[in-house]
Amino acid sequence: MTKSETLDKHQDLTAETTTSRSPESMSAVVWRRFRRHPGAVAGAIVLSIIVIAVLLAPLSPYDPVKSDIKNRYQAPSIEHPFGTDGLGRDLLTRVLYGGRVSLFVGVMVVIITSIIGIPTGMVAGYFGGWVDNILMRILDAALALPTLLVLILLSAILREADVPYLKSNSVMTIAIVIGILSWMTVARLVRAIFLSLRETEYVTAARALGASTFVIMVAEILPNGFGPIIVEATLGIGYAIMIESGLSFLGFGIMPPTPSWGNLLSNAQSHLIEYPWLAIFPGLMIFLTIIAINYIGDGLRDALDPYKVFSKIKE
Amino acid sequence: MGQYIVRRLLQAIPMLLIVSILLFALVNLAPGGPLSQYSRSRRMTAERAAALKRQFGLDKPLAVQYIVWLVGNDWMAIDTDGNGITDSYGTRKGVLRGDFGFSYNTREPVLNEIFDRLPNTIYLMTVTLIVVGIVAIPVGIISAVKQYSKFDLTATTLSFMGQAIPEFWLGLLLILFFYAILENPFTGESLFPPGGMYTIGEDFSIWDRIHHLILPVTMGMVGWVAWYSRFLRSSMLDVKNQDYMRTARAKGASERKVLYKHGLKNALIPLVTMFALDFPYIFAGSLYVEIIFSWPGMGRLYYNAATARDYPILLAVLIIGAVIILISNLLADIGYAFLDPRVRFD
Repeated sequence: MTKSETLDKHQDLTAETTTSRSPESMSAVVWRRFRRHPGAVAGAIVLSIIVIAVLLAPLSPYDPVKSDIKNRYQAPSIEHPFGTDGLGRDLLTRVLYGGRVSLFVGVMVVIITSIIGIPTGMVAGYFGGWVDNILMRILDAALALPTLLVLILLSAILREADVPYLKSNSVMTIAIVIGILSWMTVARLVRAIFLSLRETEYVTAARALGASTFVIMVAEILPNGFGPIIVEATLGIGYAIMIESGLSFLGFGIMPPTPSWGNLLSNAQSHLIEYPWLAIFPGLMIFLTIIAINYIGDGLRDALDPYKVFSKIKE
Repeated sequence: MGQYIVRRLLQAIPMLLIVSILLFALVNLAPGGPLSQYSRSRRMTAERAAALKRQFGLDKPLAVQYIVWLVGNDWMAIDTDGNGITDSYGTRKGVLRGDFGFSYNTREPVLNEIFDRLPNTIYLMTVTLIVVGIVAIPVGIISAVKQYSKFDLTATTLSFMGQAIPEFWLGLLLILFFYAILENPFTGESLFPPGGMYTIGEDFSIWDRIHHLILPVTMGMVGWVAWYSRFLRSSMLDVKNQDYMRTARAKGASERKVLYKHGLKNALIPLVTMFALDFPYIFAGSLYVEIIFSWPGMGRLYYNAATARDYPILLAVLIIGAVIILISNLLADIGYAFLDPRVRFD
């Protein structure tokens, strides 16, 4: 056998492998697996419709805040598909504007919890020892706070206090307050990922090649934990929307006239029997959004972690 | 094991101190502080305000105030009239001796207010938890044993819905359907009452109590049934293919015995731990139930106190909440170690 023959054979082999199994990018693999999950696809469609509708809210012919006393408490009709409220405002318009607020809070809370939780978990999991010990004690203390009750307290205080940058009950304030009280799950997850990955071969290899600690943490370990972090973040949006709407329902969240799905419900209870549409539609939107997000999260979990490696280390 | 429990308890104490300092500081940094309530009164003069301040110990730095709150000031000489001469001793006993101060609104001791409401919450929670167990455990087992059957798929879909439905919205829907729309076919009255623990002005009757419990319990249980049936299902599925299950089958045990004696017993271990960890949240979740169904419990007490800025009550409930959380975490760890002999205490 001549040298060129071997070479030819080798080329043939590579040619064969590339044609029969074209290399798939990671995102393509994830997308293929995600598509196989009917609930997740349905969830993605429902959520997209909600997001688009909410973004198009300004196209509504009605004003979300200005009252129109002539049309108080109109039952759902063609002009007002969701009916009108006690000030004659179109409920569909208010629900759409409320959706902007609720979804914004949901996303913002996840950004805040990631900003606090990811670095905390990275440092605790990578360095271990006393650093881990101190961070975990802080985390334990934060977990010992009854979240819902502390949120109510903070919101009651902020309504009277003049704290710089935290304008009382603005949308951003509520997001920050919820975020500060919910970063612990993310921190725990990231810590578990770092604990389990820091002794792997590729990390040792990177260390041997002289990579700095920072590079190892951010460029080597973190990307390998993206799957579970993305799943957690997705589900976190749903969690935050639920918390925000609960708080607003109780009157300790977003304050009227700014609508949010929660505070639209809070007025509804007193007129539940005469004007039930006021209670049905805003709640339905919360329900649909959260169920869609949960299905998407479930689909992402199957797609990103098919062997359930990371759902195990969480415990 | 005894040593382990003692060590964990000792760890919980500094944790509780830190949490209490944090909460105390938060409450006291609120504008106006504890006296904002009095400043609304027209008879309030500057001198009286100053005297009250001294009497409550509010002229002292926050750190001293915290110590007074914690251990009381009956061992401290205080100067009530502000002339520089101490004239009497404080009257507060401190939280450690069970003195959480007085409610601003009712002027009753905070602890009395809490003990008035606590039994009602425990009553509601106990019934809810029993129902959750009765429903969730069989559903979880059947779902796992008959994985991908029609029953399993239905239960899975319903549990997704149950976890996504906002609790307070569910409560409103329940009132709408079972109070406003549906009628009792015999009497023409509403099928269920929209709130309260019993019919006011009527003698005690078990039926009346149950009648008032059904809607609040339904509202409180849905999310937890959804969560625990899912949890038990996946825990059963994990156990299904373990070596000891195969061994039991190989030894000739009937499939029924394998599943329920060997399988279920092990599948319930994580459930017990999970339940201990969830317990405080189940408790806190009763807040929505109590508000929607006007149930005179702790949740409503807290909510009303927050609306009226009744800080002593808020602080007391928060501290009690933190204690419950820490104890639950401890019980979860102990229970886990106790039920699973592979877990070591170190």
